[in-house]
Amino acid sequence: MVIAVFLTGIGLLMWVFPETSVLEYGFADMDTLFSMGPYVLIFLVPAITMKSFAEEKKLGTLELLFTKPLSDWDIVIGKFLAAFLLVVITLLPTLVYYLSIVKLGNPVGNVDTPGVVGSYIGLVMLGGVFCSIGIFASSITSNQIVAFILAAFFCFIFYSGLESLSSLPIFGSQGLLIKQLGILYHYESTSKGLMDSRDLTYFLSVTGLMLVFTKIKVSQHY
Amino acid sequence: MSLEINHLTKVYGKQIALNAISFSVQDGEIVGFLGPNGAGKSTTMKISTGFLPSTSGDVKVGDFLVSERPLQVKRIVGYLAEHNPLYLDMYVHEHLRFVGGLYGLSGSRLKHRVGEMIELCGLTHEQNKKIETLSKGYRQRVGLAQALIHDPKVLILDEPTSGLDPNQIVEIRKLIKEISVNKTVVFSTHIMQEVQAICDRVIVINKGEIVADDKLVNLLQIENKSTGIEVEFETSIEMEELRSLPFVKEVVLLGRNKFRLIGEGGIDIRPEIFKFSSERKISLLGLKKEEVSLESVFRELTHAPSPDA
Repeated sequence: MVIAVFLTGIGLLMWVFPETSVLEYGFADMDTLFSMGPYVLIFLVPAITMKSFAEEKKLGTLELLFTKPLSDWDIVIGKFLAAFLLVVITLLPTLVYYLSIVKLGNPVGNVDTPGVVGSYIGLVMLGGVFCSIGIFASSITSNQIVAFILAAFFCFIFYSGLESLSSLPIFGSQGLLIKQLGILYHYESTSKGLMDSRDLTYFLSVTGLMLVFTKIKVSQHY
Repeated sequence: MSLEINHLTKVYGKQIALNAISFSVQDGEIVGFLGPNGAGKSTTMKISTGFLPSTSGDVKVGDFLVSERPLQVKRIVGYLAEHNPLYLDMYVHEHLRFVGGLYGLSGSRLKHRVGEMIELCGLTHEQNKKIETLSKGYRQRVGLAQALIHDPKVLILDEPTSGLDPNQIVEIRKLIKEISVNKTVVFSTHIMQEVQAICDRVIVINKGEIVADDKLVNLLQIENKSTGIEVEFETSIEMEELRSLPFVKEVVLLGRNKFRLIGEGGIDIRPEIFKFSSERKISLLGLKKEEVSLESVFRELTHAPSPDA
């Protein structure tokens, strides 16, 4: 379901809607996918993750899971990987777009391949961060709707909210620091095909931190 | 494998759910864990299975303390939680395979165990159905099957028969008896007949304290001392007259010409009553010794007001 919605949505944006369509735009790049993709994921990832703990709490199956020989980490990582894998699978078919654009380019093959690779890495990392945020949101409530809204809100704040906040004049020179806390800053730099270990560290540490919070929250399931 | 509970205390906020309870269950024993709602049965079980931490005290399963080696304990224990949580959107065999996988079973061994459990719990015709489509009785069987999939040495069942219809109750009880061979079983209930039907030792808990821990036979004897005799006469009789009979300790009027008599120190006073009625030439319509039931023992122990009081 989620996969279908994502692909339909991004497919429409990429090829059909005239404002954003590659065909209208005339340049052989995949910017639409990589700039619109995160916004689509802001809504889709929370939909994937919202039930991970909230539903189990409501149905009482958490008791089933926590009385099995699994550590808290096993459960949290398991939930994360399940959601993350689904996101990756959702992104895979968009590789077709890359092939199409390679063929459509004039001359054929005139595409910024390193940029595309970087962007994909960025998008996958972003998916990981969103998944961890979503799972954390799901662990703090037993209501899936609340989990969804919280997750979408946090994803948005992290993605572009911090970036927008940083441009407020009151932050002055602190602006850059706040900007660097946001995902967009790091996502944009990987999108340029620039693989910086600082960006990777950022993505991995935000994901890790969110999972630690989740683990702490889930351990207090009583 | 034995189960030992040592001075287990659980406090929720200011409420004391368990007050330093201790008991132990020997290898291969089946024990009924009895108590009114909210007595602390589920809390004890949740702590024993490692789902909840205790405030103080500990539970030892075999050689492992739950607080120190939770994973080891969880591997030994099979647990059916109170409301039988299951993944409703899974198929029966899928659920069993999933749970078996969590216990580290895999390949042909897993397949074999799943098949065995399906057969043992009578789920052969239901194995390809989704759990959400099953009735409560069958869900309970799935719950039991998943608790047994790793062949646990200790089985903890929290109200395994609650919410089932009388036929299902009998079936589940039979199943519990069948599977409990060579296992240590603790099951909780607030239905007295259940204990009589399944096990020989009872632990009664009330307001977080153990009020009785004994063989069923012994428990029934405690109550024997205050067992009443129900008498019904054809014509009216003065309470005082009955009270003056030898060995009669107490007389309670139950209805028209109907009395409940309690003898002193558990002496059977039926012969006296019979003598009395034949001397006075009053027809005796009924003379019945009250059945000693676990219900009355239970009420006595948990101090709930008895219905005829």
